[in-house]
Amino acid sequence: MSDLLKVSSNPHIRSKSTTVGIMAAVIVALLPAAGFGIYNFGLRALLVILVTIASTVLTEFLFGLYKKKLTVIDLSAVVTGLLLALNLPVNIPLWMAALGGVFAILVVKMLFGGLGQNFMNPALAARCFLLISFPLQMTDFACDAYSGATPLAIIKAGGGVDVTDMILGNTAGTIGETSMIALVAGACFLLLTGVIDLRIPGSYIVTFIVFIVLFGGRGFDPSYISAQLAGGGLMLGAFFMATDYVTRPITIKGQYLFGVFLGLMTGIFRLFGPSAEGVSYAIILGNLLVPLIEKVTRPVAFGKGGRRYEK
Amino acid sequence: MAKLTFVGGIHPYDGKELSKDKPIKEILPKGDLVYPLSQHIGAPAQPLVTKGDRVLVGQKIAESGGFVSAPIYASVSGTVKAVEPRRVVTGDSVMSIVVENDGLYEDVGFYPIAPMEKLSREEIIEAVKEAGIVGMGGAGFPTHVKLSPKEPAKIEYVIANCAECEPYLTSDYRRMLEEPDKVIGGLKVILRLFENAQGILAIEDNKPDCVALFKQLTKDEKRISVRALKTKYPQGGERTLIYAVTGRKVNSSMLPADVGCVVNNVDTIVAVYRAVAEGRPLMERIVTVTGDAIAHPRNFKVRIGTNYSELIEEAGGFKGKPEKIICGGPMMGFSMFELNVPITKTSTALLALSKDEVSAMEPGPCINCGRCVEVCPGRVVPSRLADYAEHFDEEAFLENNGMECCECGCCSFICPAKRPLTQEIKSMRKIQLAKRKKN
Repeated sequence: MSDLLKVSSNPHIRSKSTTVGIMAAVIVALLPAAGFGIYNFGLRALLVILVTIASTVLTEFLFGLYKKKLTVIDLSAVVTGLLLALNLPVNIPLWMAALGGVFAILVVKMLFGGLGQNFMNPALAARCFLLISFPLQMTDFACDAYSGATPLAIIKAGGGVDVTDMILGNTAGTIGETSMIALVAGACFLLLTGVIDLRIPGSYIVTFIVFIVLFGGRGFDPSYISAQLAGGGLMLGAFFMATDYVTRPITIKGQYLFGVFLGLMTGIFRLFGPSAEGVSYAIILGNLLVPLIEKVTRPVAFGKGGRRYEK
Repeated sequence: MAKLTFVGGIHPYDGKELSKDKPIKEILPKGDLVYPLSQHIGAPAQPLVTKGDRVLVGQKIAESGGFVSAPIYASVSGTVKAVEPRRVVTGDSVMSIVVENDGLYEDVGFYPIAPMEKLSREEIIEAVKEAGIVGMGGAGFPTHVKLSPKEPAKIEYVIANCAECEPYLTSDYRRMLEEPDKVIGGLKVILRLFENAQGILAIEDNKPDCVALFKQLTKDEKRISVRALKTKYPQGGERTLIYAVTGRKVNSSMLPADVGCVVNNVDTIVAVYRAVAEGRPLMERIVTVTGDAIAHPRNFKVRIGTNYSELIEEAGGFKGKPEKIICGGPMMGFSMFELNVPITKTSTALLALSKDEVSAMEPGPCINCGRCVEVCPGRVVPSRLADYAEHFDEEAFLENNGMECCECGCCSFICPAKRPLTQEIKSMRKIQLAKRKKN
């Protein structure tokens, strides 16, 4: 019987959490926002979501065939596709949404070595790629229900907005970003299941609030602050994109620093930039700084430089 | 200052209910007894007997091979059958003394050297050294070395490690419940070596009955107190234990004595008591035989040198077919490929699992989730260290505090990508430790 025993290095037990489980949790957490997007913008939103996911999954599958290593089973391509779709306007031409999916998986993820190796959030990189390549289609938010201007654009132009509508999500915007309630509900699920923690979203949002209070020109104005929080991609970005494991610092102090940096950048882009938005670029820029942040926030090992006790 | 816990750590399924309620059963060996000459950290012992010699229970059969070493005693009476290399649990072949048991258990006679109150510090340490006592929690460091720090007056805490944080293990728990007087007696012996020290029984709070029992038994002892620590693996690790009890931190290049502490496992403390108070050398220990593939899990008092397969028989054999058998606990134990190996001074448990979770899982790419960083009690970044180890980047490994890893296994346990992080870091540490020794 000696030849039948299994032998391996310790430890001999493993926790229940798996990569697929984590990805599935993220998908579940994005469902309220996706569902609200479909309710808000109509069935075309569902079509955009399906096309984008099909594009990311198919790209990963085909690349896997070429490399003879199928990785599509880990569900990460579905997460990328869903996140990308939630970052697109409902009127986007479908071929453009599909192109975004190919860019996200092929260029940003697989060419850098696949899951865990990409240095930028694939969904956001693809969004920025589309935004630069097709600025008109990517900022066309007009649909049956809304005239076209997003609440943040209205604020930037000096207009007034209904904050309650913004929190509920009855406004123009990308498919998944409009409803703060749906996004926060999903985020709570991730927080409760331990998939994400509050370090990055917390430091990000707090820094952003401080920044707009100081430089927004309105002082401490609760309705302005809530409009800034509920508007644009801040909630989607802070809870679902900035917390992307692969492209955020692994060190605990680094995560706080990363959040603060994102808060500052988002504030600068929104207040002083040409667009009313700034979350995507802030996160992408933050992604690039991750190696540097990790280097300066390397944890102090237990007892390092330990003091000897003398009586 | 007592923190009663530490940062990091995990809460695995503890499996202790399988064996914790049955009293310890003493068993006698049936087959030959095998005594490997290396059952401890340090120089191997030197054999004092040759083939054909008759030995008695308690007879010294191998002499200490140096200061950091320990003698070995026969645990049965019988005839030396051979002095030859035999396989041990780790899979290594180690020079061993093989004794054929005659079943008579004739002993050499055990007498305490002197009444305990009259013993000097040197006599106590000599008694511990002569008894062949080593750290019985698994490390096997000779106890007399631990008890002889350069400046004994600077020791402030003598900590009895009663945490037993390894899942499935209940031998310390049973020992505490069944022989609490010996645990306290042993602690008192050690306290005699350190006049400025407080004795502390550090027990995890998943053993409330032990905590209550010891609080009751020590309520009139001025120098002994009980601390209930939060249950979390690896609370019983030396560094995490010292931190939880005193708030002081020991790193890889320090000794507990540097922060005024001496730490010993429950079983070791009982062995010290028996050596000093009864004059009995180390010849037996308690082993937990457990796991879902064991018919009747329980703790056994076993003579050192007994074959592992006899333990399985005593526990009613296997229930179904085991896939993995582990010597020790599931977090830090060795997986065994055969059972025909002897129980040594450091054998804490035998764990038979009907399913091996590890081989069923395919490691995937690291997704940088940071769970290993959260659980690491050494406060390093295990996923990166494992990367450096895999690419043999020694410089980066050392620069990122790779040597501060205590190999507890939390990172591998928690990893959602099922990467063998501990294994990779361990192999690199082994190489670096060997290099340190050379220089």
